[in-house]
Amino acid sequence: MEVKNTMSFPAETLELVQKIMKRYPEGKHKSAILPILHLAQAEWNWCSPEVMDYVASLLSIAPVEVYEVASFYTMFHLEPVGKHVIEYCRTGPCCLMGGVEVYDYLKKRLGIQTGETTTDGKFTIKEVECLAACGWGPVFQIKEKFYMQLTAEKVDQIIDELSK
Amino acid sequence: MKILTEHIDVPGIETIDVFCKHGGYQAVEKAIKKMTPDEVTEEVKKSGLRGRGGAGFPVGMKWSFLAKPEGVPRYLVCNADESEPGTFKDHYLMWKSPHTLIEGMIVSSFALGANTSYIYVRGELMYVIHILEKAIQEAYDKGYLGKNILGSGYDLDLYIQPGGGAYICGEETALLESLEGKRGNPRIKPPFPAVKGVWQCPTVVNNVESIAATSWIINHGGDAYAAIGVGRSTGTKLISASGHIRKPGVYEIPLGITVEDFIYSDEWCGGIREGHKLKAVVAGGSSVPILSAEMILNTVDGEKRLMTYESLSDGGFATGTMLGSGGFIVMDETTCIVHNTLTFARFYHHESCGQCSPCREGTGWMDKVIYRIEHGKGRKEDIDLLVDVAKKIEGNTICPLGDAAAWPVAAAIKHFRDEFEWHIEHPELAIQPGAVYMRPDASWAQ
Repeated sequence: MEVKNTMSFPAETLELVQKIMKRYPEGKHKSAILPILHLAQAEWNWCSPEVMDYVASLLSIAPVEVYEVASFYTMFHLEPVGKHVIEYCRTGPCCLMGGVEVYDYLKKRLGIQTGETTTDGKFTIKEVECLAACGWGPVFQIKEKFYMQLTAEKVDQIIDELSK
Repeated sequence: MKILTEHIDVPGIETIDVFCKHGGYQAVEKAIKKMTPDEVTEEVKKSGLRGRGGAGFPVGMKWSFLAKPEGVPRYLVCNADESEPGTFKDHYLMWKSPHTLIEGMIVSSFALGANTSYIYVRGELMYVIHILEKAIQEAYDKGYLGKNILGSGYDLDLYIQPGGGAYICGEETALLESLEGKRGNPRIKPPFPAVKGVWQCPTVVNNVESIAATSWIINHGGDAYAAIGVGRSTGTKLISASGHIRKPGVYEIPLGITVEDFIYSDEWCGGIREGHKLKAVVAGGSSVPILSAEMILNTVDGEKRLMTYESLSDGGFATGTMLGSGGFIVMDETTCIVHNTLTFARFYHHESCGQCSPCREGTGWMDKVIYRIEHGKGRKEDIDLLVDVAKKIEGNTICPLGDAAAWPVAAAIKHFRDEFEWHIEHPELAIQPGAVYMRPDASWAQ
């Protein structure tokens, strides 16, 4: 299979990749797929086929081994997304705390539905399952950060801040 | 009685210096310098500590099943893939006090003779992973990790493995598949991980809270731990309390307090939010049966229900539930049980790995059928159809996700059938925003 890849991690990420691969026994470095996919998504914002091919080349495995893993786990974006991906928890406990209303407000504020990206490419809304923050719901996550006990006012503040 | 959270609010407890000032790493010193691995295991057995991830299997016994063939590495893998709706205790513990887990990992790895151990943390908690990695580095710098720990000749490397967003990876064999860099499809057992785990080597998988508890057990002895609690429910348990209570949060309780105390006492949840009444509780994470207020507070024999494995399951699935992971979700009278059940059914549909047909197809059917009931399109026969689908999933899958998907639906119908019927009979009312069926004789507890 012809893989034409011109992408590369910055030097310090490449060093980290080498370190990660040493966490596992000799020959078992395939285990590094998930940590490296996280690094790749942080670098390129989504896991395009080119990104996944690059990850495969780093691990000396077949590209399909990366595709089948990336497509199993919900955190990896296999389609282009906006600069900020808002992932809101739709599961029971967050709904008990008024999640549905807050998320409806979020969609109204951004003028998009779940799964869509704003025309300026700044925001994508995704719905996810329980984020293990049920006592502090409703909750959404943007990259690594958790936003908790959300209200319409808080949603406005967060969107205003990120729109700057 | 606090074992895991005694110092959790001390400023700087996430750093090794402050942690050590409050007694941290004494269990590592004691275990490695003064005890043999078998003696450590023996104390954990004596403690009666049961797996805190949900299954409640005795930890010491699980350890004793670990195969120890000559020349084959053994592994300890910590299950920090906490994803069961209603559960956020491990998240809280690792975020606030990472060394509590790391100390337990060292003690437990020593007992098992593991020289490499992993903490598998759900990927969404990347900020917690950074906290843990910083703490692990501190432990290396202090000589609690690495080669020849405390001059004992014992070596241990500890690494974090991030997940990628998949509830199923909390099932131990799926977790091991994921750790190997594959899709999280559960394995057929046997062989059990204790014989063939990660990379086909003997492996123990334990929950965060179970591993964290081992340090206290080594410091104070298994008997002291077993003295806390009631019967076979020994020690303390972290309960994640969410929903319509005054004080949601994570509470460390001695097993054996009453459910009523837990909900209403100011020491714990502080009662139901102002002006409302208790309607129902899911006591151990989304997969355990939901119970009405009357049933959760008292057993069918009229005794006060206790926060123990045995008391919560008293009455079986007819009138009882399970302690599970300790994900305690409280609902007041404004809660629509059909809507709540829909969110759970949708969850399991989304999270089914797809290996076994009964789960892959059945969770989808339940999701769709409850969706149509909730949205005013329910048919008369739908309720029995749901019961039938749930029955056909239960017990017919490789891993327990099938059961976990079936139970909440079956229990919601068993205990709140009239709400489902009302949705089907009065679709025009049921689809109104915030509509909730009120049982005519509703005597929800105060």
